[in-house]
Amino acid sequence: MTFLNRKDLLWITVIALVLLLVFPVALDAFRLNLVGKYLTYGFVVLGLVLCWGDAGILSLGQGVFFGLGGYCMAMYLKLQASTPEATKIQSTPGIPDFMDWNQITELPWMWQPFHSLVFTILAVPLVPMLLALIIGVAMFTRRVGGTYFAIITQAVAAILTILIIGQQGYTGGVNGITDLRTLEGWDIRPDGAKTVLYFVNAGLLLGCLLLAQFIRRSKLGRILVAMRDKEDRVRFSGYDVAHFKVFVFCFAAALAGIGGAMFTLQVGFMSPSFVGIVPSIEMVIYCAVGGRTSLLGAIYGALIVCWARTSFSEAAPQAWLLAMGSLFIIVVVAFPNGLAGVYRQYVDPLLDGVLPKAKGRQPTIANVEAPQALEHGAAGQ
Amino acid sequence: MSPIGATNKNYLLSVEGLTVSFDGFKAVDDLSFYLDRNEIRVIIGPNGAGKTTVLDLICGRTKATSGSVAFEGKELTKMKEHEIVRAGVGRKFQTPSIYEDLTVFENLEISYPRGRSVFGALAFKRDAAVKERVEQISREIFLEQHLDDYAEYLSHGQKQWLEIGMLLIQDPALLMLDEPVAGMSVSERKKTAELLHRVIRDRSVLVIEHDMGFVEDIAHKVTVLHQGRVISEGSIDHVKADPKVVEVYLGH
Repeated sequence: MTFLNRKDLLWITVIALVLLLVFPVALDAFRLNLVGKYLTYGFVVLGLVLCWGDAGILSLGQGVFFGLGGYCMAMYLKLQASTPEATKIQSTPGIPDFMDWNQITELPWMWQPFHSLVFTILAVPLVPMLLALIIGVAMFTRRVGGTYFAIITQAVAAILTILIIGQQGYTGGVNGITDLRTLEGWDIRPDGAKTVLYFVNAGLLLGCLLLAQFIRRSKLGRILVAMRDKEDRVRFSGYDVAHFKVFVFCFAAALAGIGGAMFTLQVGFMSPSFVGIVPSIEMVIYCAVGGRTSLLGAIYGALIVCWARTSFSEAAPQAWLLAMGSLFIIVVVAFPNGLAGVYRQYVDPLLDGVLPKAKGRQPTIANVEAPQALEHGAAGQ
Repeated sequence: MSPIGATNKNYLLSVEGLTVSFDGFKAVDDLSFYLDRNEIRVIIGPNGAGKTTVLDLICGRTKATSGSVAFEGKELTKMKEHEIVRAGVGRKFQTPSIYEDLTVFENLEISYPRGRSVFGALAFKRDAAVKERVEQISREIFLEQHLDDYAEYLSHGQKQWLEIGMLLIQDPALLMLDEPVAGMSVSERKKTAELLHRVIRDRSVLVIEHDMGFVEDIAHKVTVLHQGRVISEGSIDHVKADPKVVEVYLGH
């Protein structure tokens, strides 16, 4: 595989072993499920590395796409759980319970296709992609970028949250879609099922990691970096810059959607609290802590910050937000390239001494030349 | 002055009545000039004369308020930047505009005119033809030893050469250079002049330059701009003898 060099193979093997062997052996079912939940954010940060780290497009609305993917899966699972027999005490049996509570007597049209698992699996990446396509075409062809784009994505996150909470009868409102039970008759709630889902999730994440790496190693990946540095030069080399931005934004959205669907499956519900502004910013923090120019760094970042969050909230729930904010500031000030930057500076040179020399200077999967300043997206304006 | 024959297809580039105003200020005012095939034209003029704006208008970076720019029968003022590039117009910016986070090889490879769509770029293969062309260009721009170096570590002069190389690899019919020797050391300047002499063969070139020695060396024809208008045009000797030019530009 030409898009992976020796060091990539080494580090991919390491993360595969950690995810598929170390965690399952070392952790009990409850903790493993928690790690599985953290890893769903790994999908989001992979997309952010390409979109933000490489192309310089900061999206503060990835929760929207995570949520859309999650809701698609939740709608399917909810319909599975709302058989006429299971819901016979309702005034309208056969529809989700929250619809019955909201005096809805018929399954809305937008819910109908989610009876099909195949449709759902397609919708999980495609629905977020479609929204990203609309936002991307509207913004990038008008050359909206940088801070303005970030603010607009925030607004979209706020709008979607308000919409979900307001349309309680169709979306389950602020409670979200809860009480999910089976996938094509297979109970997703017992520990055994959760362990299976953990492996599915980890496998998918590794697959997405390879796909993202393939894109980064293609000429397209280099064009993304080139766009971040000198957008005009790319344009005046005969490329339609807007197309590339739309592509990378849609790709990030699709990954986030997959993460959201895996979240719903492993956690057993979906709610607007995973969609809005705060979760969207948290996703950016995972990516920043791990290193926004490193696919692997970002995944580790998501794992570490989420783990810290759980530990902190168990010990001192009120202090969490403060700790998270401090962590973000420390990372941005002291390690602008996150954990991957630390790796690059201290570990990678040691490794070069140990590994046989590869020909040429090639950035590795954990190590792509980093931008100088954080606000690269805005610099092109 | 140039003929009025607006539809003369023999010109590679016909600029007619080109005007752009920024908040009422006319940076370029009813500008017309014609560029022949294989002609090397130098635009000179004092600061703020609108020289760079003219290049911006031709390559689509700035939209004209009125007027037309015809290039090989195509109306450039109606085209997007990347379409103008694909039509055969290459533009070098005043400050070196290269990708600092990529290697010299990658800089040239991105400029190679193939795989310019999203999926074309995804499927792009670094095959023998690409490598050969990149290596060939790198020799022309004196950077064959630096192919694997990141562009940010190049000297100022080398960055200018790299950008010229990025244009050459596209083999444009019209090459526009904005102060290609500005900010260079004497030895770099000499090498650049040598490079430009080679690259301007077999194509039309539009150059903005202040260095009169350099201008005399390369120009077939000189156009003098002042306050967005052409005040003189012709051979270098003709222009140098023009009292208007002496007054606004050369006299200083």
